[in-house]
Amino acid sequence: MPVFNQSRSTIIRLIFLGVFLIIILQLFNLQVLSGNYRQLAMNNAVFKKVVYPNRGIIYDRKGKAILNNTIMYDLVVTPNEVKNIDTAALCTLLQIDTAEFIKRMVEARIKNGRYRPSIYEDLLPPDIYARLDENIWKFPGFALVERPVRVYPFDAAAHIMGYVGEADSNIIKRSKGFYMMGDYVGRSGLEAYYEGVLMGQRGVVNLLKDNRNRLVGSYENGAFDTAAIPGRSLQTYIDIEVQQLAEKLMAGKVGAAVAIDPKTGGIIAMASGPNYNPNDLTGPNKQKNYGRLVLDVAGPLLNRALQGNYEPGSTFKPLGALVALDEGVITSSFGLACNGAYYGCARPVKCTHKNPGHAANLRIAMANSCNSYYSHIYRLTVDNPKLGTRKGYQLWKEYLNTFGLGRKIGVDIPGEDKGLVPDTSVYNRVYRNSWNSCTNLTLGIGQDMMQATPLQLANAMCIVANKGSYYLPHFVKSIDNEQASDTLLKKFRVKQEVLTHIPDEAYEAVIGGMQDVVDHGTARVVQIPGINICAKTGTAEKYRIIDRKRIKLKDNSMFVCFAPREDPKIAIAVVVENSGFGTTWAAPIASLMMEKYLNDTLRTERLKEVERIASANLMPSYLIRLQFIEDSTRAFKWFEMTKDSSYIKKYINREYYVPPVKDEPDRKRSALNTRPTLFDDRKNSLKRPTA
Amino acid sequence: MSHKNPAISRGVDWLMIWLYVALVAIGIMSIFSVTYREGESVIDGFLKLRSDYGKQTFFFILSLIIGLTILLTDSKFFTATANIWYAMGIFLLLLVFPFHTEVKGTESIIRFGSFQIQPAEICKIFVALALAKYLSRVETEFTKPRSQLIAVAIVVIPALITIAQKETGLALVFFAFFLVMFREGLPAIYLIVGFSFAVLVVATLLVEKNTLAIVLTVIAAIAVYLSRRQIKRNRQLLVTIAAIWLVCVSIQRFAVPFMFTHVLQKHQVERIFSLIGRENPYAAINSVEGEVSTTKDTDYNVRQSKIAIGSGGVTGRGFLKGTQTRFDFVPEQRTDFIFCTIGEGFGFIGSFVFLALYLFLLLRIVSVAERQRSVFSRCYAYGVASVFFFHIAINICMTIGLAPVIGIPLPFISYGGTSLLTFSVMLAILIRLDADRQMVLR
Repeated sequence: MPVFNQSRSTIIRLIFLGVFLIIILQLFNLQVLSGNYRQLAMNNAVFKKVVYPNRGIIYDRKGKAILNNTIMYDLVVTPNEVKNIDTAALCTLLQIDTAEFIKRMVEARIKNGRYRPSIYEDLLPPDIYARLDENIWKFPGFALVERPVRVYPFDAAAHIMGYVGEADSNIIKRSKGFYMMGDYVGRSGLEAYYEGVLMGQRGVVNLLKDNRNRLVGSYENGAFDTAAIPGRSLQTYIDIEVQQLAEKLMAGKVGAAVAIDPKTGGIIAMASGPNYNPNDLTGPNKQKNYGRLVLDVAGPLLNRALQGNYEPGSTFKPLGALVALDEGVITSSFGLACNGAYYGCARPVKCTHKNPGHAANLRIAMANSCNSYYSHIYRLTVDNPKLGTRKGYQLWKEYLNTFGLGRKIGVDIPGEDKGLVPDTSVYNRVYRNSWNSCTNLTLGIGQDMMQATPLQLANAMCIVANKGSYYLPHFVKSIDNEQASDTLLKKFRVKQEVLTHIPDEAYEAVIGGMQDVVDHGTARVVQIPGINICAKTGTAEKYRIIDRKRIKLKDNSMFVCFAPREDPKIAIAVVVENSGFGTTWAAPIASLMMEKYLNDTLRTERLKEVERIASANLMPSYLIRLQFIEDSTRAFKWFEMTKDSSYIKKYINREYYVPPVKDEPDRKRSALNTRPTLFDDRKNSLKRPTA
Repeated sequence: MSHKNPAISRGVDWLMIWLYVALVAIGIMSIFSVTYREGESVIDGFLKLRSDYGKQTFFFILSLIIGLTILLTDSKFFTATANIWYAMGIFLLLLVFPFHTEVKGTESIIRFGSFQIQPAEICKIFVALALAKYLSRVETEFTKPRSQLIAVAIVVIPALITIAQKETGLALVFFAFFLVMFREGLPAIYLIVGFSFAVLVVATLLVEKNTLAIVLTVIAAIAVYLSRRQIKRNRQLLVTIAAIWLVCVSIQRFAVPFMFTHVLQKHQVERIFSLIGRENPYAAINSVEGEVSTTKDTDYNVRQSKIAIGSGGVTGRGFLKGTQTRFDFVPEQRTDFIFCTIGEGFGFIGSFVFLALYLFLLLRIVSVAERQRSVFSRCYAYGVASVFFFHIAINICMTIGLAPVIGIPLPFISYGGTSLLTFSVMLAILIRLDADRQMVLR
């Protein structure tokens, strides 16, 4: 009987074969056809730990490190190792309560799991670190981990150096995946512009992890690891002492001071007021400090040297003169009879001088800063009979663009503004095509719609000092271990021969006039014995719309200069907002900077002057009103959102009310000290990380 | 052959022994590559039985000793005592109910101190022997339904007891013995019906129920149309078709949902649905028990297992180089998912060679079975082949995502003393019976 079923053994064999064939096919599919399983396995098991290199150091012209690295400590916790610790003691050390302790433990578990360390508190303040370091053995599971932090040893040059911050989603997107969450990136200043040089090259250590994400060793003995290459350092033209002096002088003022070496285009100092301590944006309280700076209406984060747009006023006159001379509409001996105002147009332009002969020729007119003279030569240039007003104006505008006004010059920190020299189309639009040289007459004396940044004014001084050529203003002299592939500095090393076609006699006339300004003109205060200084003061009218009213503010104090005349080594532009005549504040600041730079020291009798200017509080009073509007509005929004009346209460109180400002406000110094702010930051001691 | 002890080695099938040794060696090596950690003393691991590979080696040696004992036994011993063994097996299985120890959700393990046994595992040997004994009886006429029913009962009784012990995986193994009955003349119609039932169940899970009912009706209508001439002559055919249709629809409508809500355990239902990639439609009913869903765990096992095997690629990542299996990403790696180690470490080529060894062993057993004069030996050999085949096929299909995760070990490879001993004893008895194939019919 069983013999009849012999054939069934074949069927059974075929069943075995069939099933094995299906298995083989599926294995072929998994192992040969689907390529992504290897990657999935790698993602499972290999943890790519990024090793961050030290960022490059930034040195000043004398080799002093003005931006350096230091070590701070993070407290990290590995939740599953935390056993039997004295929670209360740790809370006391960290100055937190038990609820906060538990909250942070839960956060750590959620963030990185129980087996991997998470940051418990980052960037410990030095005193807390010192106390924790002694006691850390009492708290198993907690550890202090080093973390490199940027430090600014001179507490200066905040706007130039910029700061580093964690890369946000925009930066990550733009970098096409180069940066990752948690990376630190230069967010402004040189830190941002030279990011590629300063950051160095990240290293990667491949570590194996197990199914609970515990690290269990290195992958393939580190065969695929790459070493971190430290960032390269930058040598700059900055003179940190001049920089510190400039920042000191600009304290309590709104404005900017820029000093450039005309021979190289190297920026010696660049101060913007109000200022902040760069160390506030590193270290433990950076978030808090950043919030405070952002909410300040005076805009301490704004670099006014690049981003402040100012009517140049009379400081424009040397340029206007050069254009007129080059166009041949006047010669240096051209004179104008001015008796206190320019009457060439319907609206007279006032002049500060009435005595006859104060504009007998270009040089004298420069020394006396005669408004009539420069208004007139502006009209002569624009109404060039060969071209007609429109083309004449366009040509004049192009001259100014060549001088670096109304366009971005291209400095090596980001955020530069281009100022404004309006195109004819702007005037066509504003005046509906019906305008002439009288309409924008005050362009000739640096008013009307013309606006320039302090950097542009300083750069224009370089062009005048160099008689037509200049280098793009920049901070960085050289990159350590510079290679051919470092193209960042290339454009700064090319001499820009833009206006060398203007004859030397024209420059000499203007420069002579500027020297006269110092020797016996409006800027006699800047004189430094033994140095021939060429300068021009400016006093620009200023209006601002506050509370929907156009308010006439105090004039901006403007000053430009270069020295020495024979061999220019420094060109400076200073703006002090709403402080009065150029001679009063801007000129002495520039003078002190020049003296410090050229003589490397200040005469002892000048130190009193430094203190006088440094202690002068020239913060415009309208800022108090603006801050009041800003803070009370935010308090109101906060109240609307949360129904929490704790902030808004203060603003309902009459005592804190700040009335709208009026024209030419008289300054109440005391009011500045009781300035209301939304977030009381006085408790927030601005500590500097100690190395 | 030049063997020193002709009494033992005469007629012994050395090929099967070498295949067996090769597979156990691969198994120990795989367990080694899962559990060995850098810096451990390998010699200590083997000698002091601290490590799993050491323990497995110990069980291998134990298996060799028991195997040698079996080879020294008279083959008549097995035919004579088959029924006693079977009765003892059932007794052991029943003994589990009062004396079991709860281990990882199963209720099938008896523990005496540090020693534990799983009767359901060992019972396979006894069922193979008892089934062979019954089928080889002179008075058994396997063509008769009564004999078929008794044979089925021999297999199904331990299976049902095992199911009651929440070991559905091991219970399913007993159904492998249907292959033996098929070889011995069980009408093919049973296998076809069984297979059709399986297809219908799978179709029920995959296809929306109304659609499936319509499809079944259309198939029935086509069958009626095609056989309309025969129906004219024989009315009964129409009734048969209608009855089959009714059975199919009722299975699809009532039997399958009943099975999934009342017969199968929740985790088994989850595993089946995770295999086909569907949400469990009976989750609401199942979750009445208040258990936490295990779908994610099951998915995780199979996904990690597939990643491990897939990451091996064509040539594999090399011995001890597989990151998936070295760092415990695949759960149950030493036991049920041991194949991952081979797949990851040695790739497609290695897996192919490994499977070829297995297939070679299975086909060898079948040809050994066919050369037996004794029905008992042949039935027993087929029993061994069927059980091995079922274990191998289900275990490997489970690791590569072709079968639901039911915990049955891979013969000779998976870590576990009971399973290695069981399979070794099964093979040893087969070799003993085969060595005596020249003897007269039993």
